[in-house]
Amino acid sequence: MMRLPSLLLISALLTACGWIEPWVKPYERAHLADPIMSFSPDPVSSAYIKHVYESREGARGASGSGGGGCGCN
Amino acid sequence: MINRKCAKGVKQDPKTPFPSGGRLESGDHYTLLPPCVSPLPKGEEISLYHFVCYVFTASLGLYLLLFSVVTAAAVLPEDRADALYHSYEGGGVEITGPSLLVLKKFGQSVAVTGNFYVDSVSSASIDVVTTASPYSEERTEYSGSIEYLHGNSVMSLSYANSTENDYDANTASFGISMDMFGNMTTLNLGYSHGWDTVGRSDIAEFSEEVRRHNYRLGVSQVITKDMILEMNYEGITDEGFLRNPYRQVRFLDASAPKGYSYDEELYPNTRTSSAVTLRAKHYLPWRAAVSGEYRFFADTWGIDAHTFKVGYTHPLSGGLLLEGNVRHYTQTAADFYGDLFPFYPSQNFLARDKELSTFTSNTLGIKVSYDVVKNGWRAIDKGSINLAYDMIWFDYEDFRDARVTGVTPGTEPLYSFSAGVLQLYLSLWF
Amino acid sequence: MRIRTMKMMKFLAGAMTAALLATGVVAGVSDAPAPDFTLKSDNGKNLKLSEHRGDVVLINFWASWCGPCRQEMPLLSELHDKYKALGFTVLGVNVEQDSDEAKKLLKEMPVTFPVLFDNDSTVSKQYDVNAMPSTVLVDRDGKMRYLHKGYKPGEEEIYLEMVRSLIRE
Repeated sequence: MMRLPSLLLISALLTACGWIEPWVKPYERAHLADPIMSFSPDPVSSAYIKHVYESREGARGASGSGGGGCGCN
Repeated sequence: MINRKCAKGVKQDPKTPFPSGGRLESGDHYTLLPPCVSPLPKGEEISLYHFVCYVFTASLGLYLLLFSVVTAAAVLPEDRADALYHSYEGGGVEITGPSLLVLKKFGQSVAVTGNFYVDSVSSASIDVVTTASPYSEERTEYSGSIEYLHGNSVMSLSYANSTENDYDANTASFGISMDMFGNMTTLNLGYSHGWDTVGRSDIAEFSEEVRRHNYRLGVSQVITKDMILEMNYEGITDEGFLRNPYRQVRFLDASAPKGYSYDEELYPNTRTSSAVTLRAKHYLPWRAAVSGEYRFFADTWGIDAHTFKVGYTHPLSGGLLLEGNVRHYTQTAADFYGDLFPFYPSQNFLARDKELSTFTSNTLGIKVSYDVVKNGWRAIDKGSINLAYDMIWFDYEDFRDARVTGVTPGTEPLYSFSAGVLQLYLSLWF
Repeated sequence: MRIRTMKMMKFLAGAMTAALLATGVVAGVSDAPAPDFTLKSDNGKNLKLSEHRGDVVLINFWASWCGPCRQEMPLLSELHDKYKALGFTVLGVNVEQDSDEAKKLLKEMPVTFPVLFDNDSTVSKQYDVNAMPSTVLVDRDGKMRYLHKGYKPGEEEIYLEMVRSLIRE
């Protein structure tokens, strides 16, 4: 269970140290920039659904952030 | 010429002095190799973990320092306005209301967001029906945030206030989001502080407090040109009056007509929880996306929960978009939860909130979106109208339907209900 | 100096250099010849970079899904119109594998400079494009003189300055 998260962090930091070049070039990000690839394209809806579940279930938290996208400068 | 960097296994002339550190200076006539010195003093090893940590911290520190100024990588989201109508119906409860959001950029570095949300509640839920009487009330929430873009980081500050006649909640949050490593990785850090006042609509002098701290850490990583992975952690600590003041626990009471009576819940005054979510989204060869999500949750009250979710997004021609999702949630009860206690108080802490019981919830959801503004109309760049419907089934394993009478207490049927959640919203981008 | 501290410092230096090299953020000036390429343009005909030897060329790498790229396109059109009589041209290179979205965008937002379609990403790789958008300025001798990564409103002034100085040479 802990292997995958560590793997994620390691791939991130390896790219950081320049040991591995970014393997997805900016000109290859057409799919990632597509709105259908966003985790939360509708913030009002995501916030509402999160509220529906958190007020009826015991679990709470860790429901989202941001990334991917066009990677534009 | 001996092709060796240090004198391992090579005889050396002990009379010739040698500089410490093993470096040969130009102009020296040493023909001896420096002694082989291990990189670290004997007995003090640095594990691979520490080595990686040092290099990571050094690189990250330098990287952030130098390149957050030089590399301008992130962009703020587009200006937008959303108007949502929401409706929840199930288990004897009806909650409807609007949610309005406006996001406006000022220049290229600042974005301001405002949100207005209302819940109009009409409740005749099982808890209300068994221990009180149906009620209506309204909850209003206002929130605002400012985001500031600098280099490849976005910093945000926000405040939210939620008010109803017997509960007032305030939350202040700070967050930072950093794009790194060729925009392949995004790191998110966040902290929220909440302070609430709990009241009772039937007892004017009743006033208790809650303090909340939320800590969030997230990493989003581009895996391939078609796939993105995200991992989020959130730790929450609450302290204060953590229960619903109206809810009561049930306990066996031979003297009562039904065989049981009710009395106040008793809760611990702290709760610490951790949740970790792993989610991924993959682009399919025809224009569509599939997503998967898993969340693990555990807290100091003994609740363990697992959430599984899969989704599929499929755009159709003509500006139409279809989305479906399936969610499965299971949780184990809190240590101090019980549907029927042997007597009162049989434990230090007692709860009968079905939210803390052992149960599963299953959701089937569908969403249809339609592009209403395709090529721009005056100031509007893009617009869509959306309709989403989710059906949620709750099945409890240790919460019984106490509306059923005439049976031995504790043998009432287990409770279950289904709820329909409707969302109708319009989104406009400027 | 203790061996351990020295090793740490070496790694620090190495990590920093690696990071510097990896990001290629050091956008600057060079005198290397601009790699020649042939791509199909929006008028259907093939266009070769070397055909423009003698002109100052601004090569702009863009994509329809990139917000800042769309923002700067009209400004590049203006720049092209202003200086083309003095031996200057803008060449837009669309980096998308599928040109449909780009062609749609050009219909809604036409530009006055030639747009080339790099569907196989050969030119993007030749020029080592690692930022979107990327703008390369080539002088009259066919040498790459300036690389600008990204675009933020106001940066068209930088383009203007560079173009003017290369035209005057």
